[in-house]
Amino acid sequence: MITINAKNIHYRALNDSIDKAVRTSKNIKLTDVCGQRYIGRGLDENIKIKIYGTPGNDTAAYMDGAELEIFGSAQDALANTMNRGKIIVHGHCGDTAGYAMRGGEIYVEGSVGYRVGIHMKEYRDLKPVIVVGGAAGDFLGEYMAGGAIILLGLGLSKNERITGRFCATGMHGGAIYLYGGTDAFNLGKEAAEVKLTNSDKEFLKKHVKAYAKHFNKNLSAVKVNNFKKYAALNKNPYENMYCKN
Amino acid sequence: MLNFNMPRYEIIRNEKKCINCKVCAKQCANEVHSYDEADNIMRADEALCVNCHRCVLLCPTKALTVKKYPLEFKENANWTAEAMNEIYKQAETGGVLLTSMGNPKPFPIYWDKMLLNASQVTNPSIDPLREPMEIKTFIGRNPDKLEFDGKGKLITKMPPKLELNAPIMFSAMSYGSISKNAHESLARAAAELGIYYNTGEGGLNKEFYKYGKNTIVQVASGRFGIDKKYLNTGAAIEIKIGQGAKPGIGGHLPGAKVDEDVSATRMIPEGSDAISPAPHHDIYSIEDLRQLIYSLKEVTGYKKPVFVKIAAVHNAAAIASGIARAGADAIVIDGFRGGTGAAPARVRDNVGIPIELALAAIDQRLREEGIRNSVSLIIAGSIRNSADIVKAVALGADAVYIASAALIAMGCHMCHSCMGGKCNWGIATQKANLVKRLNPDIMYKRLVNLVSAWNHEIQEILGGMGINAIDSLRGNRFMLRGIGLNDKELEILGIKYAGEAI
Ligand code: SF4
Ligand code: SF4
Repeated sequence: MITINAKNIHYRALNDSIDKAVRTSKNIKLTDVCGQRYIGRGLDENIKIKIYGTPGNDTAAYMDGAELEIFGSAQDALANTMNRGKIIVHGHCGDTAGYAMRGGEIYVEGSVGYRVGIHMKEYRDLKPVIVVGGAAGDFLGEYMAGGAIILLGLGLSKNERITGRFCATGMHGGAIYLYGGTDAFNLGKEAAEVKLTNSDKEFLKKHVKAYAKHFNKNLSAVKVNNFKKYAALNKNPYENMYCKN
Repeated sequence: MLNFNMPRYEIIRNEKKCINCKVCAKQCANEVHSYDEADNIMRADEALCVNCHRCVLLCPTKALTVKKYPLEFKENANWTAEAMNEIYKQAETGGVLLTSMGNPKPFPIYWDKMLLNASQVTNPSIDPLREPMEIKTFIGRNPDKLEFDGKGKLITKMPPKLELNAPIMFSAMSYGSISKNAHESLARAAAELGIYYNTGEGGLNKEFYKYGKNTIVQVASGRFGIDKKYLNTGAAIEIKIGQGAKPGIGGHLPGAKVDEDVSATRMIPEGSDAISPAPHHDIYSIEDLRQLIYSLKEVTGYKKPVFVKIAAVHNAAAIASGIARAGADAIVIDGFRGGTGAAPARVRDNVGIPIELALAAIDQRLREEGIRNSVSLIIAGSIRNSADIVKAVALGADAVYIASAALIAMGCHMCHSCMGGKCNWGIATQKANLVKRLNPDIMYKRLVNLVSAWNHEIQEILGGMGINAIDSLRGNRFMLRGIGLNDKELEILGIKYAGEAI
């Protein structure tokens, strides 16, 4: 394990030293991280980084297999266009997490901001998954083209809603699972509730269990039957919008 | 419902020349021609014709021609046939009018209202055939100052640059909007010419990674086919914010065009719509743009220039200044005549401004702010010939992108029907039987021919001005004079009227 203290270091220097460090050790610890961007960008498999503090925007951008564990909250655009890898956030997470993410997993202990999972994709064996303990802001899963978003809605107060407005707007692939569901008026017109299948339930069980393990929680009260699943009505939503001129 | 639209074109078949060989029927993917066995005659369903000239050119006896349909409405300068036919179509379908290629409306073409200078008597012109002529162009950022050590060795780290043998590159066209064979032709031509082609936003086919050093890889809002390998394969990366043909709106490749290979290149499931949202949802400001520029630089080790492409819009000059300050190595401006595989007709024909005015305004603004030197300026949006390029350079462009011209070199006949996916020339299609009509071995050569010819012409014109390096023309507006322009236009273009001396 190599420890790098990030205090007062510019992101470029920090990311450079991470690149150097991974040549000798696959286990890195970053301390005093305070807003440095792009940590873990493009990093490959078998690299594990523990991040203490608050990593900046675009953490794990284009990441390709590495594992990040963040002891703190993540800022915006976590896992932007990530290909593979795993991110565990012991805290909350800002907007657009998982933008165009193609593969890998994100576990967020708390809640996430706006437009999370926007334009998430999937391709062959790559199927991205975002698991969020709390709630999400508006436009969750906008333009979603693949993968899965799971919201557990843990510890929400009575007036708190699990999603904001316009959830799944423009969705044309993938699935969103919301514990207890969301109000129909929050849902974009391109998506609808569909039945949970047995394989959905297996999938949910697996990820709820993983969440419980990552954050050391007892989730025996979370019953997979209480999830509601939302999927695209059509994978070609705008097909009939045009006439050829 | 009765279709109120009459055919747009009339197929005229010379019965004396026609030998019923059925070539036209085989060649037309729109299924216009058919053989009537009973009457032993070829017939045509004219309503389906898009006027692409494929059948006309391939007919062995040259028996065919296509003409504008002669039916006329009562003369009306306001309610033109076009205006009425569009209403008929929309009333029938309820659809947004979708079209292709660049704005065809009769807006002023400023290239044709600018004239170039030449040397007479006082400074001799240069013959590029026999005298040195430097046309090599570098694209990228320039450092604010150069520092040398005691021994005179440069110690300033130079930002990455592209080296071009001509101030011309092939503009972004995605695999999906155009065919694989078209892409291969562009890639091979770029490699042979020592220039670059641009993948567009549809990813890079695995077979073309070998042309990486002549490839500019694009990153658009849909983030299709983008991973670390893709970004590191290209010689440069272009962030596409906007496109001249459809400023402010996104793109949409219908699932029908996402076959196995396109899906593999875009890294999305087969048959799924490829939707590019109108904005990048991680960019709502110049600061956010900087974040994306630097995320791309971070993941490619600061070894690749990063371009930012925007459509020419009213505020382009201020935006370009922001792009330069956000850290882009080159700014790409796409004018309102730029082509597209598909765009809503109303947007294509009414949004954006001419590239000539945008270029002049941006170059001027960057100079006033003292940052023109730090960044390259590339323009696109209907460069039709080498004279357009020379004028663009004189107005301040470092290089131009061509796309429509490149497609025309490969056989495009500007039928404006790319959105249908049935391009008879094998360009804007993914249908195997049509794609194979475009032979990359021949087409890459035609592209090489075109760019080489233009390169010669550019040198010739430069020589005529007594200039022996294209750098000396860059932003040299004294070499331009306006004709048929008003004062405001001259002011924006920063040029004098023909007949005015320095
Ligand atoms: S669409 Fe093209 S090939 Fe078909 S009839 Fe018209 S001109 Fe001929
Ligand atoms: S690319 Fe093909 S479909 Fe598009 S305008 Fe040219 S000839 Fe027509």
